[in-house]
Amino acid sequence: MKINRRNFLSYGTALVLGGAAGSMLTPAPWKLMDDLAIWTQNWPWTPVPEDGPVSYKPSVCTLCPGGCGINVRLTGGRPVKIEGLRDYPVNNGSLCPMGFAGLQYLYNPARVISPLKREGKRGEGKWTPVSWDEAIAAVTQKLADLRAAGRPESVACITGSDHGAMDAFVSRFMTAYGSPNYIRSATAMDAMEQAIDLTQGQQGTPVFDIENADFILSFGAGLLEGWGSAGRMLNLFGNQKSAKKLIQIEPRLSDTAARATQWIAIHPGAEGALALGLAHVIIKESLYNKYFVDNFAFGFSDWVDETGRAREGFATWVKAYGPEKVSGLTGITPEKIMSLARDFAHAGKPIAISGRGNDDLPGSMDETLAIHFLNALVGNINKTGGVSALPETDYAKWPEINIDETASKGLQQARIDGAGGDEFPNTRFLINRLPGILLAAGESPIQALLVTDANPLYALADAENTKKAFDRIPFIVSFASFMDETAAFADYILPNHTHLERLQVVPATAGVARQIIGLAKPVVKPVYDTRHIGDTFINMAGALGGFVAQAFPWKNYEAFLTESMGNQWEELNQKGRIEIDHSLPDPMAFAFNTTSAKFEFYPTARSTKRQAGDSALPTFTPVPIEGDPNRFKLTLIPYDAMRLAGGDIANVPFLTKILDDTVLKKQTGFVEINPATAKKLGFKEGDSAKLATPKGEAMVRVHLFEGIMPDVIAMPRGLGHTAYSDYLSGKGTNVNALMGSVEDPTSGLDMAWGIRASLTRA
Amino acid sequence: MSSTNLNKAVSPEAGPDATPQAHDSASSKSSGWAVFTFFMIGFVGSLLAGWILFPELLYSQKNQPIDFNHAVHLDAVTDGCDSCHYFREDGSFSGMPDLAACEDCHQEAMTDNPEEVKFVEEYVTPGIEVPWLNHSKQPDCVFFSHAAHVQGADMSCASCHGDIGTSEHTRVYEENRITGYSRDIWGQSISRLGKPGPGDPRPMKMNDCAECHEDETGHKGACFQCHK
Repeated sequence: MKINRRNFLSYGTALVLGGAAGSMLTPAPWKLMDDLAIWTQNWPWTPVPEDGPVSYKPSVCTLCPGGCGINVRLTGGRPVKIEGLRDYPVNNGSLCPMGFAGLQYLYNPARVISPLKREGKRGEGKWTPVSWDEAIAAVTQKLADLRAAGRPESVACITGSDHGAMDAFVSRFMTAYGSPNYIRSATAMDAMEQAIDLTQGQQGTPVFDIENADFILSFGAGLLEGWGSAGRMLNLFGNQKSAKKLIQIEPRLSDTAARATQWIAIHPGAEGALALGLAHVIIKESLYNKYFVDNFAFGFSDWVDETGRAREGFATWVKAYGPEKVSGLTGITPEKIMSLARDFAHAGKPIAISGRGNDDLPGSMDETLAIHFLNALVGNINKTGGVSALPETDYAKWPEINIDETASKGLQQARIDGAGGDEFPNTRFLINRLPGILLAAGESPIQALLVTDANPLYALADAENTKKAFDRIPFIVSFASFMDETAAFADYILPNHTHLERLQVVPATAGVARQIIGLAKPVVKPVYDTRHIGDTFINMAGALGGFVAQAFPWKNYEAFLTESMGNQWEELNQKGRIEIDHSLPDPMAFAFNTTSAKFEFYPTARSTKRQAGDSALPTFTPVPIEGDPNRFKLTLIPYDAMRLAGGDIANVPFLTKILDDTVLKKQTGFVEINPATAKKLGFKEGDSAKLATPKGEAMVRVHLFEGIMPDVIAMPRGLGHTAYSDYLSGKGTNVNALMGSVEDPTSGLDMAWGIRASLTRA
Repeated sequence: MSSTNLNKAVSPEAGPDATPQAHDSASSKSSGWAVFTFFMIGFVGSLLAGWILFPELLYSQKNQPIDFNHAVHLDAVTDGCDSCHYFREDGSFSGMPDLAACEDCHQEAMTDNPEEVKFVEEYVTPGIEVPWLNHSKQPDCVFFSHAAHVQGADMSCASCHGDIGTSEHTRVYEENRITGYSRDIWGQSISRLGKPGPGDPRPMKMNDCAECHEDETGHKGACFQCHK
């Protein structure tokens, strides 16, 4: 039996067949099949949940200023879920989608994972990771140089909020360093705070005691779009059976409008006219609270000033706003205006709330005052179930601060944004004015900019212009946790921990009727090489030396909290919160801190020099939004949505995933358009279109929506990012970039509520 | 060689080259016996490979990081297996104790035992969790409740895990090179025939679960009971 070429095949086949037959009688093929199936389940990229003991760590969410309590579920030390914290006085277990999705901030691919130094051109995205020592040395060197040159005021700081110990900490740094230019991002509360200051002489956070009110008249406030503390609002209005009467006035059927007892569509921007019209009816029909108005109000009836000149009181002033005229301005029938006025005045505890959307836009001072006057007309001021102001409790005991001569000189300089100056004496922050000022000046008045918890390059109107303006600032330092638009444009990034990694004292936000101070505790060790912003500022102060270092004597931020909060720290650390009852002024006394010691319908402190005539009384003049109506035949308004983070913080994938495909489809965002308008322009559902405003253009698709007024189109805030990660950048259009800013003549705040726009076939 | 001559005779024209070819043609015909032989070589060879070589190749042999003595610990503790492998308050099972649990006693070495000294030096002092090799680890798609079996059905640990509690040394951990799981899951017998000896751990494939469930409860159980 020889093997050769000819029989090789036969024998070979026999061998293989024998082998195959034999192997079928062994466990090998069956076992291998089983093992391969299991192998496919254990590929390294297949996520496997952590195993271990389950625990909960209570904390406070700091993603927005809402201050909701959260309960973080951990498995084996890894946070796996965030829930609303039950019995927490702000939100009692409820939480917004962003809060629930909070884990994706911790593990976000857009996180800045170590200090970065810019390489190449600004915004080019080329970075070199540097050590913390190197980054802090570079930043303090620049700050020290500017101080040495006697220009500490040329350092500005933009921050997302000015409540809470951390913000006070940054503000203290600016004071010790010698710059008055501490600037807070804009919110609707800017206008409301000022209205309360002007009329009641009270400085503090506005309180809307909605829990105890029975009739809410909201002039476009996005109560279910993220306004105030979203968890609190969900408790109040999320339940369809909620007995609270809510009248929503806005041009678009928002989620709040859909949930409201009644939605009244109004011409965009005419809210102030409606408020004056309602006041007219309430006064004409003598439905106002006479006890309050007669005893505790000033400027209601006609009066004579110290020069002997006769002045019109508010009652006379609003005679110009009869229902017929207001109907023409607002598009609401005179009958409706009259019945709404009567309902409001007859309610037990009615509250009128101003401010559109989730309070990122300040709005016009006239409008805010006119709406707040409705609260005064029914006498629901400084009462349970009414509107009041919560003075900022100084829960931290700060050691006295000494400043040197350089700092003292710097602090005496006027603020760069003009807030608090001759022109806008009643306004505290005017971030919206920065781009214009930066572009107009020969040399940038800001030589170094520190940005904490804010993203002005995304949030400010007219992105292109803003970018040009910020490019004139020679040195920008961002303390962002994420590569947001402003961080991407910075020279140095000194990344802060995310909300689940940092210790923070969080006072509850605007609206809540009690002072609730919560403690955000780190639930997990820092995932990356980031540093608590408080520690970074302590390091920077230390490196600057002198009085600046003396103002920050603490080892770290935690030491500052434990030392400065004294006895309260223990309670806060144990209970996770401190509650201080908001003692309202005696309702029979109604002491106000104004010049007249009364509620001022005629706000004497209001700057009136650019006001029509010379009266400080609120008038209705349409906000001159930008755009030639002949070229731009439509009006574009931005809107907020709970599933879209539109402000200083951006969406995570979980949130973007739950957007309707009539908001975002693939990479293109939608504008909402009334079917009648769409028909006129020849658009069908889902058509591509070119959206143009005086500030820019964008490719969009149209979504036909009965809930938007004809000739008005709406777009959500929160899309169209250019930075962050692939999960967000390039998706949709940034509506802020297409907006223009209109300065309020008396407050300087941005009062633009929209812009003129055109939609053409693409 | 007669056939060669015969061939030559009948084909005188055939050249000299033809001779070797013709010579081979008879013996080069694949004989049935030869084919059968090759078939059998393949058959027996693969049987041997499949039954003997394959299991040898499939599993790698590893030792536990520390040669743990269960017997000593079981004597020293008061609560039996529960002392270290306990149920948490929420009913979930703690499984292998973590370093913190070991540290309750072993902050420092309690004896001169070289394994204990090694444990303290290499793990306790630097605070590193011991990378124990778990003989009973199941894939993530399997949901198993210890509480239902131990507390609910009153089963002993040994009924599945064998007499591990009285062992004085750790066993060699045979790791499946493809799946990464222990050989114990499939069972020591590669054929999965026969029953494990008394005191041996029981195999833990799905069929093993189903078999026991059928015996004990009369039903193999539904998919979602384990695959949630």
